[in-house]
Amino acid sequence: MYLQLGWRNIWRNPRRTIVIMTAVIIGVWAMIFLGALMRGISEQMVRNGITTLTGHIQVHHAGFREDPIIENSIDKPEVVKAALSRILPPDTRWTTRVRVDAIANNARHSGGVTLVGINPEREARISFIGQAVTEGAYLKADDKYGIIIGKALADKFDTKLGRKLVLMSQDTKGGIASRAFRITGIFRAEMEATEKQFVFVTIASAQKMLKLGDGISEASILLADYKDADRIADSLKGVLSSASYDVQTWRELLPFVTAVLKMYDWFIYLWFLVIFIAMGFGIVNTILMAVFERIREFGLLKALGMKPWWIVKEVLTESFFLLILGMVAGNVLGFMSVFALAGTGIDLSALSEGLEFAGMSRIIYPVIVVKDIVAANLVVLVLGLLVSAYPAVKAARFTPVKAMAHT
Amino acid sequence: MSIEIKMAWRNIWRNSRRSVLTILAIVFATMLLVFMLSFQFGSYDTMINTAVKIHTGHVQVQAEGYRDKMDVRLVVPDPGAVDDVIRDIPEIETYTSRANAFSLVSSSDRTYGVLLTGIDPEREAKVSTLKKLVRRGEYLAQEDTDMALVGELLAENLKVNIGDELVALGQGRDGSVAAAVLKIKGIFSSGEDKFDRNSIQMPLGYFQDVFSMRGAVHEVVTLGKSLEDVKKIKKELGAGVRGMDNDGNLVVLDWMELMPGIVQSIKLDLVSGLIMYVILIVVVAFSILNTFLMAIFERTREFGVLMAIGMTTGRLMRSLFLESVTITFIGIILGIISGGMVTWYYQVHGILISGASELLSQYGLPERMYPQLSVLSVSVGAGIVLIITILTAIYPVLKVRRLRPVEAMTAV
Repeated sequence: MYLQLGWRNIWRNPRRTIVIMTAVIIGVWAMIFLGALMRGISEQMVRNGITTLTGHIQVHHAGFREDPIIENSIDKPEVVKAALSRILPPDTRWTTRVRVDAIANNARHSGGVTLVGINPEREARISFIGQAVTEGAYLKADDKYGIIIGKALADKFDTKLGRKLVLMSQDTKGGIASRAFRITGIFRAEMEATEKQFVFVTIASAQKMLKLGDGISEASILLADYKDADRIADSLKGVLSSASYDVQTWRELLPFVTAVLKMYDWFIYLWFLVIFIAMGFGIVNTILMAVFERIREFGLLKALGMKPWWIVKEVLTESFFLLILGMVAGNVLGFMSVFALAGTGIDLSALSEGLEFAGMSRIIYPVIVVKDIVAANLVVLVLGLLVSAYPAVKAARFTPVKAMAHT
Repeated sequence: MSIEIKMAWRNIWRNSRRSVLTILAIVFATMLLVFMLSFQFGSYDTMINTAVKIHTGHVQVQAEGYRDKMDVRLVVPDPGAVDDVIRDIPEIETYTSRANAFSLVSSSDRTYGVLLTGIDPEREAKVSTLKKLVRRGEYLAQEDTDMALVGELLAENLKVNIGDELVALGQGRDGSVAAAVLKIKGIFSSGEDKFDRNSIQMPLGYFQDVFSMRGAVHEVVTLGKSLEDVKKIKKELGAGVRGMDNDGNLVVLDWMELMPGIVQSIKLDLVSGLIMYVILIVVVAFSILNTFLMAIFERTREFGVLMAIGMTTGRLMRSLFLESVTITFIGIILGIISGGMVTWYYQVHGILISGASELLSQYGLPERMYPQLSVLSVSVGAGIVLIITILTAIYPVLKVRRLRPVEAMTAV
């Protein structure tokens, strides 16, 4: 009976109901849609971070984190490789790399880069570089002098495919190693900073140049499901002693991204709350009006023997219908806007340098996170009913005689 | 008119609970906007000032193309002539010259690629904050030659300390190999990781010797009294530099062109902020639309009477509009006051955003942030609320136009 009574009551004044429902709908839509956009931004950041040579887990020499130099390389890679093939699930992909700061020179320019020695075949399945080469060709395993550089670096150095590039770095003996490479490929990346920073050669030629023997700087692991990172990292730590190896997950490897994720988490819920407060005033006011114009009615109900608690329940039922209708429509609208943008995304290329500065991608795709949807709806429903309790209790307090005499 | 104001005022308080709730909604929105915008503007100010003071100054003279390529050969060949132009521009407070070269720098057991910058110690101290950033050792003296200031993170990476020697190896202006031995005189820390990890400062004169600069520099950096002077400085400096009659290779760039990333990320932040605020205010608007609507619909009979005794619809509408506008203004004024007070409190005490230092240092921001209450932040915030609320108030008032006295009086 409450349900029926409540339902009919909210449609006694359809305009008022629709107005307040619109407030709820826009509110819920804003929560879902902007929440999804923020999640999209952060997810893209994580994905960029992970494919830009990070992976989900990395293994380094124990001293590498403090001091990322060539002496802190893993000199017995076979130990790591054995551990990886024993512990990792079969659908995991991993590779080894040499990574070192270097100076790139050509006849006219010089600048700092990160030299990355890769196993071309394995690397392609893990990081962005496998698909990123837009001019020339990707590295071949036996390529001794080939180097792949970013488009931005090529522009800065006034160079192109087929030209020479000399790399200099410190070798394991403390001397300066240098080696001339020929540019065989040019890659594009999401971030210009990536294009400027990384140059790729085969791992064998990097090892030879740096007198590294079989040594590697890191092993990078891409899991089938990133949520397993902590668990698998722990079991790797069990095998690779912490005295000589350092196992880190992407959260530790990408502190900036982790900080952004944390901030967004916090910010999304704050946004939910702020939006709720904005519509809360309207909900209270509307229910209050609906209650006050029916003072006589409530008086009569009470005179007929309705208990105060029943009146509270009746008013709350009305508010419940208002909220639920608004939430359903808001959710539908929110999902629709997210799906409408799922294909094209929001293109912010016009502000690309600002995005670069903030570590964001040029195109933002909204992402729906179930946790956020549940939270948004709960905030609206629970807090909505909570603030409606004020008019409901007011309605229950009317004394029959006074209320019925009210005009 | 005065009777209408009186009527409006009394009508507002006929249902005080409702009016108070409506006003509170507007106060909340205004307060939030004033605070958030002050916070945003404050952080932009900090960001710009830090970056300008550490890196670019307000306006620079460079060779064309130097900004993008940082090629050691793209020089300002005769900085003295530029200085002469600068001295004629009253808006420029201080200026200095710098030269940069990317070099390989080695300590006894480490080697890193570093941006070596030649600075004029005395003049640099007036333009940038570098002198204040020296945490250990001392700042460069004017007569120093083979001395250097090293970023803190770089010093850690190179495993060096005050008094240690560094060997720098780079390419001179003429393409020759440039090599120098530098003694570390001071270690600086700006809080901006990239700068602290990647830069060494040395005296300009010695830099010019080592890199065969033949008296040339890469940047002539100027600083005006405030950001507002930038436009004027740029114009006058531009005219002056063109008048110097060299081959037209020099360009005049302001800080926005030198650091487009900062400008755009501010734009991005501002635009996304405004979108959020507008959505928020629209939710508030629908929240209060009902109050405005009800205030009119529950009084249909009353209006019928008023019209029957000769009140025109125009006058009635004016009186009703006045009612909504009064509510709006009360809300906005209270919102500005309370928002201003909250902002003022944090402007004095600062907001500690703990755990976000990693994030903030990316933007050159300190962990404790200070919102900046300004005419702009208050008027933008209040303005958005005002416009949207007034638009909301118009719709119900227009409904009155269709009222006819007799029908209105019989309405329930």
